[in-house]
Amino acid sequence: MAVRKLAPEELQPQSFVLSPETEAFADKEIAKYPPGRQASAVIALLGKAQEQAGGWLPRKAIEAVAAKLDMPVIRVMEVATFYTMFNLEPVGKYFIQFCGTTPCVLRGAGDIKKVLERRIGDQNHITPDGLFSWLEVECLGACSNAPMVQINDDYYEDLTTENFEKLLDDLAAGRPVKKGSQIGRNRSEPFEAVNTLQDPALYDGSLVGAWRKRFDEQAKVAETGETAAAMASVPQEARAAKPGAGRAIESEAADTPAKRAKEGETPINPVDRKEAADPSTATKGPSHTEAEPRPAPQSSKSYVASPTKDGEAVPSSPTTPVAGTPPAQAETRRDGSESKPGVVVDKDNKTS
Amino acid sequence: MAKIIVDGVEVDVPAEYTLLQAAEAAGAEIPRFCYHERLSIAGNCRMCLVEVKGAPKPVASCAWGVRDCRPGPNGEPPEISTKSPTVKKAREGVMEFLLINHPLDCPICDQGGQCDLQDQAMAYGVDTSRFHENKRAVTDKYLGPLVRTSMNRCIHCTRCVRFTAEVAGVPDLGALWRGEDMEITSYLEKALGSELQANVADLCPVGALTHKPEAYHYRPWELTKTDSVDVMDAVGSSIRVDSRGREVMRILPRVNEAVNEEWITDKTRQIVDGLRLQRLDRPFVRENGRLRPASWQEAFAAIAARMKGTDPKRIGAIVGDLAAVEEMYALKLLMESLGVTNIDARQDGTVLSPAYGRGSYLFNTTISGIEDADAILIVGSNPRIEASLVNVRIRKRWRMAPPPIALIGENADLTYPYDYLGAGPETLADLAAGRHSFIEKLRGAERPLIIVGQGALSRPDGLAVLSTVAQLARDVGAVKDGWNGFSVLHTAASRVGALDLGLVPGDWGLDARSMAQGGVDVLFNLGADEIEIAPGAFVIYQGTHGDRGAHRADVILPAATYTEKSGTYVNTEGRVQLANRAAFAPGEAREDWAILRALSDVLGHRLPFDSLNALRAKLYASYPHLAAIETVQPADGFAAVQTLAGIGGTLGREPFASPIKDFYLTNPIARASGVMAECSALARELKLEAAE
Repeated sequence: MAVRKLAPEELQPQSFVLSPETEAFADKEIAKYPPGRQASAVIALLGKAQEQAGGWLPRKAIEAVAAKLDMPVIRVMEVATFYTMFNLEPVGKYFIQFCGTTPCVLRGAGDIKKVLERRIGDQNHITPDGLFSWLEVECLGACSNAPMVQINDDYYEDLTTENFEKLLDDLAAGRPVKKGSQIGRNRSEPFEAVNTLQDPALYDGSLVGAWRKRFDEQAKVAETGETAAAMASVPQEARAAKPGAGRAIESEAADTPAKRAKEGETPINPVDRKEAADPSTATKGPSHTEAEPRPAPQSSKSYVASPTKDGEAVPSSPTTPVAGTPPAQAETRRDGSESKPGVVVDKDNKTS
Repeated sequence: MAKIIVDGVEVDVPAEYTLLQAAEAAGAEIPRFCYHERLSIAGNCRMCLVEVKGAPKPVASCAWGVRDCRPGPNGEPPEISTKSPTVKKAREGVMEFLLINHPLDCPICDQGGQCDLQDQAMAYGVDTSRFHENKRAVTDKYLGPLVRTSMNRCIHCTRCVRFTAEVAGVPDLGALWRGEDMEITSYLEKALGSELQANVADLCPVGALTHKPEAYHYRPWELTKTDSVDVMDAVGSSIRVDSRGREVMRILPRVNEAVNEEWITDKTRQIVDGLRLQRLDRPFVRENGRLRPASWQEAFAAIAARMKGTDPKRIGAIVGDLAAVEEMYALKLLMESLGVTNIDARQDGTVLSPAYGRGSYLFNTTISGIEDADAILIVGSNPRIEASLVNVRIRKRWRMAPPPIALIGENADLTYPYDYLGAGPETLADLAAGRHSFIEKLRGAERPLIIVGQGALSRPDGLAVLSTVAQLARDVGAVKDGWNGFSVLHTAASRVGALDLGLVPGDWGLDARSMAQGGVDVLFNLGADEIEIAPGAFVIYQGTHGDRGAHRADVILPAATYTEKSGTYVNTEGRVQLANRAAFAPGEAREDWAILRALSDVLGHRLPFDSLNALRAKLYASYPHLAAIETVQPADGFAAVQTLAGIGGTLGREPFASPIKDFYLTNPIARASGVMAECSALARELKLEAAE
């Protein structure tokens, strides 16, 4: 998160009065809440005050909102500083929030950022003409149309360096610009060709209730078919009133030597045994010999592996792994196949 | 009541208890930072994690109710574990996170030795850190002259924020920014505007907020702790006086549910430097218009010489606000033996008198009784500055469920909203005559409380005001079986004790004002500094500080402050409390009763006791209720209200004004204190700012 601070004193306006429009908005917002709970409207009012003040919240605006809501100023200040969408320093007429999260970066947001840096300069910096400032933000939720920026209240998506430069030019010149996708696609439809959801039946209402029909048919089969006969022969077990579903604590560990022994299988997984026997893989982590000796920990509670005194048990809590121990290596361990050595696990689900 | 099993011990606790409270009821200790009994629950430090049987994760016991626990499958009581390995591991994890950003500056931290984090790290901490990044750095904040900040140490428990907003009622502090950048600060780093602000440093579980005036002066383990009682106001807060050698180093609150809960005012706490500045450490005698140091013998001889030929009718005694019961009793006996009836302990001119019964001058409702009141009328008082902790109780009552509260007097910010009825006796008369709408609320209330302050009583028409208030109390049924809602709020610690002893003018005796204005030739002034004594009389001042009384004195007898003697004080409710000696008086100053005993010998009327115990034995024989330390002897409310109501009188037109003009400078000790002077200047500034 970018470092936020209050704007310096010389940028703060001398006074701030809620405009009649803001006042009207405020009264409407306050009326939404029970009497005495007017403080609930604080975010809405701060948003409106930010709009009125030109995209940022001067100190006087925060005080005006506090006075309007009859709140201590510090409480309003807490809200204004908590939410990053309240700008506490002046922004340009076009305040560009540039998405720098993974999907956008994968789709070329790096180039967009270079454009911003070249044309506007650093983040949180207003161009001399007062038109632009920009800020890198986290995901704005338009990943399918990446890369994108938000300029004031609107999203501009599917950016390339060319169309973004043009967008900035148009904004600077005051020409109308197109919101949303800059390459002409409709919302977030596939931008090449629409191949899915084209069945007209999806839209004519004929599928309404289809699931019930299917459900009834399946139930009929169960009543009459051989499944029913099979079910009848199963003895009715008394079931606990509260099944242990979803309770991790009560479920048995999936695969332990003890469990395997109980089920009459070899307690040690053959894969593990083979691996353990292989001297080349016995230790996979880096060597324990270090250039400098570690400082000696002063108690057995240390998190660093400590040289133990004679006769003292090594602390072996599962949460304090010994440094250098590799994570579980065998690929075949966690997929449930370990107790069925004959089954070949097909990880990629490509049944041949 | 609900049953719950804590570590195998089944306990029966109220269902609204939290798991933390239930665990404490079962004797299990739960570490905590953010949780505090008297503040709202924040649940943000996570140190109080416990294991609840059936819950998938450890839960924060401070924020989980007993009634929220699920019973076992066969209806067994819910079961929690506070000592299991899971719990220990969870708390160790929390502690490790807390210590990530906490600086390792215990050796230079004032909280060292009294630090919750230090203590709990001994149980749950590890000795090395796995965190290899830089620690967070936070700039220190300015919060005024009483609270020093070191914000790197802050663990964001928000106790200070909750205290100022909830108990003090002055929402100055807040937590700005978010996440790792969160910072506790006041708006634009203004000084805190509460008379209870220093309590935030007590509440701080780490060394982020410490007491500024005493920074780096001591380590807590060097101090000798003495339980005592405060005399800065008539509330009589329970305090602990910590001293090192001869010097008092600090004053801390003691928990006393009946009086101050666990808060004290800044004045109570920070007059410590006033206890050593401007002290009278030897007797003085005025010669040729100038005071010169003298020996005790010289001083006593000067007094004896002056008293010898004086008619007892021309001798008088005034008692100040900080005197303990013992010396007042000694003074009373001495004056009686001299045949003097001019004796008065009411230097502010209040009309209260034992003649109308003990119930006429006590805060009969008791301070904790305020929580039961369902309508409150305050007459001629600003409880916030006259008795801050009474105000805290009223605010606590208001926070439970707002009762109707009204005020006649100065329209001041009391930290809770109230109906402002008017400024003076006319409004009171209207109300008493039933011409004001608030009377309906008082009549409708089951347990109405009427508080009358000294602002309404220490004035020429005070008796008429008191009588009107008593009539009102009688009319609205404020005094009935099981409830006495007629309460007088005092401002002087000595006052109720003095009235109990009957330190008011006897037959044809003069009151304090007449004595000060030249009604007597020899005036014995036992620590009365708030009264102007006219030139002429020969004044013997027995007191502790070189204040107004000493300047006007002809003979000065240096005495001991409340931390330097064992003394009984009776607070505004009539609660008898004992102050204990924590240090010794400086120089040749002596305990007050001993000075009077020695003086009586010189005057030829030797008092009949040679030790404090002998004095007390005699005192308790005459006034048995003073022997019942820590208790309130209830007074007969019916009789008192009837008597007062029958007095009548004509009400004046002057609006009521609080007798306390400056909260921080109400007595000689406070006026000697540099810290109080600073607070006073700052408060004046804030007031001016607010007025703009």
